Amino acid sequence: MSADLAQSIDETAAGNGVLGRLWRSRTKYLVGAACLFICVIMLAPLVASVLASVKSTAEAAAVPPTYVPQSWSLDSYLKLWVYQAGLPVYLLNSFGTAFMAIAFSLLLTVPAGYALARFPIPGKELLFVFLLLALIIPYQALLTPIFLMFAQLKLTNSLVGLAIIHTAIQLPFSLYIMRNAFEAVPIELEEAAVIDGCNSFQVLVRICLPSVVPAMITVALFAFITSWNEFLGALVMMNRQDSFTLPLILAAARTETSLGGTDWGMLQAGVTISIIPCVGIYLMLQKYYVSGLLAGAVK
Amino acid sequence: MSIYSTRSNRLTGLLYLAPALAFVAAFTAWPLGQMLWVSLNSWSLITPPKFIGLNNFTKAFNDKQFWVSLGFTLKYTLLITPILMIGGYAIALLTVKNTPLRRFTRAVVFVPVVIGLGASSLLWYWLFSTDYGFVNRLLLDFGLIDKAVIWLGVDADRSNWAIIVSVVWKVLGFGMILFVAAIQAIPPEVSEAAMVDGASPWQRLTQVTLPLTLRTVLLVTLISVIGSLLAFDQFYIMTAGQPQNLTATSVFYVYLNSFPYLKLGYGAALSLILAVIILVFTIIQMLLTRRSHA
Repeated sequence: MSADLAQSIDETAAGNGVLGRLWRSRTKYLVGAACLFICVIMLAPLVASVLASVKSTAEAAAVPPTYVPQSWSLDSYLKLWVYQAGLPVYLLNSFGTAFMAIAFSLLLTVPAGYALARFPIPGKELLFVFLLLALIIPYQALLTPIFLMFAQLKLTNSLVGLAIIHTAIQLPFSLYIMRNAFEAVPIELEEAAVIDGCNSFQVLVRICLPSVVPAMITVALFAFITSWNEFLGALVMMNRQDSFTLPLILAAARTETSLGGTDWGMLQAGVTISIIPCVGIYLMLQKYYVSGLLAGAVK
Repeated sequence: MSIYSTRSNRLTGLLYLAPALAFVAAFTAWPLGQMLWVSLNSWSLITPPKFIGLNNFTKAFNDKQFWVSLGFTLKYTLLITPILMIGGYAIALLTVKNTPLRRFTRAVVFVPVVIGLGASSLLWYWLFSTDYGFVNRLLLDFGLIDKAVIWLGVDADRSNWAIIVSVVWKVLGFGMILFVAAIQAIPPEVSEAAMVDGASPWQRLTQVTLPLTLRTVLLVTLISVIGSLLAFDQFYIMTAGQPQNLTATSVFYVYLNSFPYLKLGYGAALSLILAVIILVFTIIQMLLTRRSHA
């Protein structure tokens, strides 16, 4: 609609007199104030956590807590670096699992999405419903039997095993996104390639893949976030401390030290480190994140 | 579809689909079948499984802690869902226009959605800690309380509210972003017509905006209800089920039985009961989304 129309409608709604103008400018400031208030509330816990992580050990344990650090120190990070098996081990476990989950998700759903979008497979609808099985059964309920199976396959305490669980959690979403992406590829390109003598695999790699890169980024993004943040599956599958992921070792640091006094500074250093990749990726790939969320929620 | 509709392509297609089919068969369908079978057995991992029919289910029916957990989970769900819906919708209404400040506010409200529930729970575990946390410090500084309150692990209701605050902070942006998309999808002519007709902002909300975004509201409500019924991380980290397992949610109780206690058969039976409850909500959700495609 035109700006003029919007203007005149606004005026109709609030009245044209002095009062109306006053009301409009007041609303503007109220909205601004409300927005700022909400931003402060939402950011305060994150800021508090980061600030707590750079306080000195003594200050991080102060009662009552100080709002702004009086002393600055990286002690909490240094302590976390050597905590138990050491931060590098836990970071590597978390990143390793997440990257395997990304790889598994793409390796499974790129060909499957291609097949579902293009090929005349007998019983395709039924197979698709079967592939979405994880939608109707929460993975939390399946962890007991999966644990039994993984115990036999020697996949407990294994990053591969955990990555399989994280892939399974995300599979319906990944598959749905990939199938839609392949359906949106213009088929004329593929027909031309076939006439030029390409087989279906060459068509997939050379013609389709470049067009579905955004969908692959979305799938990878969500696989990473899910895997990086997942807690219960890791808690069930990993019982040797050197195979813990980051959330597990932090939760362990919380319970263990609660007997002899929690190291709050170190705990918030851990929280800060585990938040950084998620927020960083979100800020870089915001567009993919929101579109993926919208697509996933109405699947 | 001409180039793909040959007979040999039926097989090729199946070949591309095979890895995903095998994966789902192995890691979703098989465990599901396994769960049904294990739930009919008494099994502690050390001794071999013993078939006991539906005994695990009758045991659950008479298990006080099972009902306490289910009741607590329902209470948590009933308390948090309206807060999330009304709060998310209010912020969506406030920020729905695309001005820089409103866009920024949306981005900020959404940030906690991407961080892990484990990390956010550890963060709030500290904020709510009695002596070291900012919540008590702020309340004391503003004179709202006289002495530090023990938020977590002593009183079930107080723990529940503390956790609700932390989870609202964490997931409010999820509903907001979906509501914003739904409100923005309302055709401008519709809201213009309402304005020309002289409808007040409240009338426009209740008679235009809300009805036209009702499906999204219902959908987000269901997603949120399902998520709340499956709550675990926040309770495991912030209260560990204390006091006396009064804040142990349903998933928590399944976890306790299956793993620390190793009552695998009973754990599977509890999982199955929980899965059936969730399934009811999932089916409603699927019916809603199917209609949204029509």
